[in-house]
Amino acid sequence: MTKPPRPRNWLKDIQSAYDTVVIGSGLAGMTSANLLAKLGHKVLLAEHHYNLGGMATWFKRKGGHIMDISLHGFPCGMIKTLRKYWSKDISNRVIQLKNVRFDNPQFSINTSFDKIDFTHILKERFGILREVIDEFFQTARGMNFYDDIVMTTRELFEKFFPGRTDVWRFLMEPITYANGSTLDDPAITYGIVFSNFMDKGVFTYQGGTDHLIKEMKKELLKNGVDIRTHCMVEKIYVEDKTVQGVRINGQDISCKSVVSNSNIVTTIEQLVGEENFDPEYIKDVKNVRLNNSSCQVYMGIKKGEKIPHVGDLLFSSEADEYCTEKILSKDITSRTFSFYYPEIRPGTDRYSIVSSTNARYKDWANLSEKEYLHDKHHLEQTTLDALDTYVPGIRKKIDHVEASTPNTFKRYTLHPSGTSFGTKFEGLQVSRDLPKQIKGLFHAGSVGIIMSGWLGAANYGVIVANETDKFLRELSPSLVTV
Amino acid sequence: MTIDEVRQIILNILEDIAPDEDISSIDDNTKLRDQIDLDSMDFLDIVMELRKRFNIEVPEKDYEHLATLAGCITYLQPLLKDRLAAS
Ligand SMILES: Cc1cc2nc3c(=O)[nH]c(=O)nc-3n(C[C@H](O)[C@H](O)[C@H](O)COP(=O)(O)OP(=O)(O)OC[C@H]3O[C@@H](n4cnc5c(N)ncnc54)[C@H](O)[C@@H]3O)c2cc1C
Repeated sequence: MTKPPRPRNWLKDIQSAYDTVVIGSGLAGMTSANLLAKLGHKVLLAEHHYNLGGMATWFKRKGGHIMDISLHGFPCGMIKTLRKYWSKDISNRVIQLKNVRFDNPQFSINTSFDKIDFTHILKERFGILREVIDEFFQTARGMNFYDDIVMTTRELFEKFFPGRTDVWRFLMEPITYANGSTLDDPAITYGIVFSNFMDKGVFTYQGGTDHLIKEMKKELLKNGVDIRTHCMVEKIYVEDKTVQGVRINGQDISCKSVVSNSNIVTTIEQLVGEENFDPEYIKDVKNVRLNNSSCQVYMGIKKGEKIPHVGDLLFSSEADEYCTEKILSKDITSRTFSFYYPEIRPGTDRYSIVSSTNARYKDWANLSEKEYLHDKHHLEQTTLDALDTYVPGIRKKIDHVEASTPNTFKRYTLHPSGTSFGTKFEGLQVSRDLPKQIKGLFHAGSVGIIMSGWLGAANYGVIVANETDKFLRELSPSLVTV
Repeated sequence: MTIDEVRQIILNILEDIAPDEDISSIDDNTKLRDQIDLDSMDFLDIVMELRKRFNIEVPEKDYEHLATLAGCITYLQPLLKDRLAAS
């Protein structure tokens, strides 16, 4: 009789103490870990999944398919962020996606998705006065983190484009997909992300997500980060309102600080425990609303088969007007298609298409196994129907189709309700206030809508690494890195 | 450190942060932001570099002193005057 294999010890040769334990390897967690290591600290990066990347991930399927989950596009600011906090080689791989399409009952438009083209379209296609357009851009650009803006996006649109639901849709639909914000969220959540994109357009990473994460892993190792996958952080130990250590896969490890890339609410309620915080703060935590989740359908084009260039990103909708309810509804009318051509992974000749929709966890969480499979199948088939309009004969061109739901996102990232973009706006203040509650405890990751998306998450990782570095240096003032 | 040495240190930091910019043409008294492409993340980098290289902590309320090159020098020189330029 053969003995069952002994479970592998993912914590083999782990050190007994670290300056910082980073919980989770999303873009915020990885960027924090990398920067802190470069600043001279001893860093452990613990990830429960077998891959690094969090939502910045991919999967492979038989037939040579590689599917990207969240590589639909990011603002050009990512180039600078990758160069400064990762490497020049990584940042050199960022390329622009030039053909963004809208197709809905109100309009069909192709755009390079930048300020110049948007100005042109708003003026010529929608008949908006140049002065109004300029002032709108200026207002959106002028919003920043420190402003106390109470205006909602709806009010912002009402002010500049009263009654023009076609213009609202043109300006809003892509952002709803980019960060889950709605007309009723604070206008700043719209303004920042919209302006970031308008700066120069939409960009992607040549090589695909797998390449990016592999390169990041190399950097992390080069800079001395101790990376551990299959490592679930179960507990953050706190004494006298100060971080003491963590428990990973049942083993205690001490550390001076923790950067949690786990969801902010999970970090407070489950990893630390409410009893360690001021009751007033916990009240704010209870008021944090999670952002929506997503459904995706991944379609792999057969080897040797081609599809014509029908655009890079296509915002398609059958709804008469932009409507958050409809966008979140399980009865799908609106989809974003991402077309991945061979240029995304030079050297390959493969195509794939990913359809994304915003979705609610509760619509998927409580189904029986049979209902769940049925609904997933329905999602795949209706998506293929919708795509057939743009790529006729699509069913004949694919040899793989598969769907993910809010349950999938929850399982892989552990985010409550499978939230795709962290929390609504109020979560940001709770995240910012965390170190004031517990010394040495920081949160970096999608939160507050603003700090989400690849760029938002990575930059938030930097902001928080700066604070962690400051904290660690106050503990040992003699530390100078040369 | 002399004023010139402090000036050079700041220029070196800026060069690392914005390698595509012509650092040598920076005017001391015009806002840095108006001369080279610097955003709030870049200012954070300046703060991190100063901490890393010299253990100098610039509190958030003092960020405004870093707006111009002259401002940086005036603010940092007293903090760096006893240091050697070698680091
Ligand atoms: C379907 C979809 C499409 C998207 N498309 C885009 C896009 O096109 N462009 C864009 O810019 N953004 C996009 N986003 C958003 C973007 O992917 C995320 O905002 C960003 O990647 C989040 O990074 P993060 O650092 O917050 O962490 P996450 O990616 O959420 O990662 C958190 C990590 O922490 C780990 N973790 C959590 N708890 C623990 C624990 N206790 N122990 C160990 N590990 C733990 C998780 O496993 C995970 O790896 C998309 C998101 C989704 C869901």
